Amino acid sequence: MTKEQVYAAVNEVFRDVFDDDSIEVNDATTADDIEDWDSLEHINLILALEVRFGFKFTMGEVTGMKNVGEAVDMIMQRGQL
Amino acid sequence: MLQNLDYPFDGEELIQKYRSIKRELLGKQGQFENRRIAILGGSTTDNVRKMLDLFLLKHGIRADFYESEFAQYWKDAMFGTPELTAFKPNVIFIHTSNRNITLYPESGDDVDAIDGLLAAEYEKFSSMWIKLAGDYSCPIIQNNFEYPYYRLMGNKDASDRSGRVNFITRLNLKFAEFAQTHENFFISDINWISADYGLERWSEPFYWHMYKYALSLPAIPYLAHNVANIIKSIYGKNKKAFALDLDNTLWGGVVGDDGAEGLEIGQETSLGQAFAEFQAYIKAHKKLGIILNVISKNEEANALAGLSRPDNALKIDDFVVIKANWEPKSENLIQLADGLTLLPESFVFVDDNPAEREIVRQQIPGVAAPELEKAEKYIQMIDRNGWFEVTNFSNDDIKRAEMYKSNAERSAGQSRFTDYKDYLLSLEMTAEIKPFSPMYMSRIAQLTNKSNQFNLTTKRFTQNEITDAANDGRNITLYGKLIDKFGDNGVVSVTIGELDEALCHIRLWLMSCRVLKRDMEFAMMDELVRLALERGVKEVRGYYYPTAKNAIVRDFYGEQGFEKISEDTDGNAVWRLDISEGYANKQNVIKVNAEEN
Repeated sequence: MTKEQVYAAVNEVFRDVFDDDSIEVNDATTADDIEDWDSLEHINLILALEVRFGFKFTMGEVTGMKNVGEAVDMIMQRGQL
Repeated sequence: MLQNLDYPFDGEELIQKYRSIKRELLGKQGQFENRRIAILGGSTTDNVRKMLDLFLLKHGIRADFYESEFAQYWKDAMFGTPELTAFKPNVIFIHTSNRNITLYPESGDDVDAIDGLLAAEYEKFSSMWIKLAGDYSCPIIQNNFEYPYYRLMGNKDASDRSGRVNFITRLNLKFAEFAQTHENFFISDINWISADYGLERWSEPFYWHMYKYALSLPAIPYLAHNVANIIKSIYGKNKKAFALDLDNTLWGGVVGDDGAEGLEIGQETSLGQAFAEFQAYIKAHKKLGIILNVISKNEEANALAGLSRPDNALKIDDFVVIKANWEPKSENLIQLADGLTLLPESFVFVDDNPAEREIVRQQIPGVAAPELEKAEKYIQMIDRNGWFEVTNFSNDDIKRAEMYKSNAERSAGQSRFTDYKDYLLSLEMTAEIKPFSPMYMSRIAQLTNKSNQFNLTTKRFTQNEITDAANDGRNITLYGKLIDKFGDNGVVSVTIGELDEALCHIRLWLMSCRVLKRDMEFAMMDELVRLALERGVKEVRGYYYPTAKNAIVRDFYGEQGFEKISEDTDGNAVWRLDISEGYANKQNVIKVNAEEN
């Protein structure tokens, strides 16, 4: 899977969780950019990404994640692409 | 489409798609009833609320939620908050887990010290339940405790009093004892649910340490499903009857092809044993008041031959109606429901044939039709859905199957009479129509929550509210119990009239549809008016509020001789009956309160 394909898949997950087909995420997207993305929703987002890419984030990874770009980097390294 | 809310469901998917599933549920046809649910949590409750929201919507309940601040369940209960007071919950769910146990014993503690810890831990919870019951007079649902996810002493953790497994087991028993002695208090048995789900996956510590969830995210829908089942049962939304297929559902093989002697049922073969266990499971529902019926595509003689095999657990007598013909099953089910005066959606349709399930699902929205594939899994596929969740176990439930059976016999008798009154007289009916009394409060509250069709105002009451209504001097309250030569129907009708000077407003009027056309409604009105006259009433006012299900009583007051004085565009109508010049009794086929006269 190329980085573009991972982005497309990540975008699908975001659209599902927030039930909003207008969402377009990029490297720099953070919780500030999506209205419903709060700390509680973040948990569900992580779960949805784990299911989609077939691996578990560690506690440190979940805590340290700053933006979508970092999540995609972790997925590229560890996910089942 | 929304079968993803039937067991077995995909917990991750439900959480991921919460918003779109909710949107879809809200877009469904049909009416929702609104309820206010307070979740008092000992851990994060966000997804608990969301999943509860979905499962309640599936049952036609649109909930508003109150959530305590993080882990403030005890403080909210004991000291209240202005928000909770203003919220006026209809149901309180206390979502605690073994993470909220503060007084665990340690190895080496002596028995008295451990008993003291147990009493103190129990007291922390029970004082809260008593306080909540006093403050809010509403049903309370309390999680018991899941087992701990590690065992310090290994197996001895279960047998030694200082072990956590032992301690939790004893605490759970004390919770159960409280539930046995307090009405309106229900245990959400997460001890069982977590075991069934898999304790290891249920209590993944990741979710506690990361997010302070007491259980893993994918397990939350299972918890919410469990709690929603209790709530829907409290509000009378349980299924009431089975419609069962025969061939390859209750036995292995096709009776028309294989003959009764060729069927697999009983202890001879493995498959026969699986079907026998399934039959015993279905039969046990009779004791819960669930009505058993057969809908089978068969010649009737063949169906009966199959059912007559002595190694069946289910006997012909166990069924109220047996329909064996070649008509579409959906039509058979609608006729069956009609004959029993039940709604078609009150049925669980049990059939191994996917095509039959499909037509029934399409034709009858709301009906349950579990996916059945392998005989040894049938029980699970039905049981896990919680369609018959028991919350209010009244004696009438136990007798219900008998009553429906006598009803079917009565209908058979009916065709022999040309004059309907002769028929009613032949039933030798007697009724007890009296003010609400403690013995019947639970049944009366249950009826206000279960009756949808013959219900003029569809006003729901908790048992506490019924007791309050009975004690309020302004009210005339009446329950009606009907007995006939086929049996005791139990309490079948309830009314509350509120007196205001010379006016009596009928705030509640309902009757169980199983006594339709027996003149019981006239007997009730005669008694209500008699008591109203004694108290100086000159005029009785009746109210009709239409719902999707109560069209049957739209003209009820007209039939009772009232005149309509107003009706708005939604069909809400007010009726009056002038009794200042007296009142003539309307029924003469039922002996009322006979033992006194």
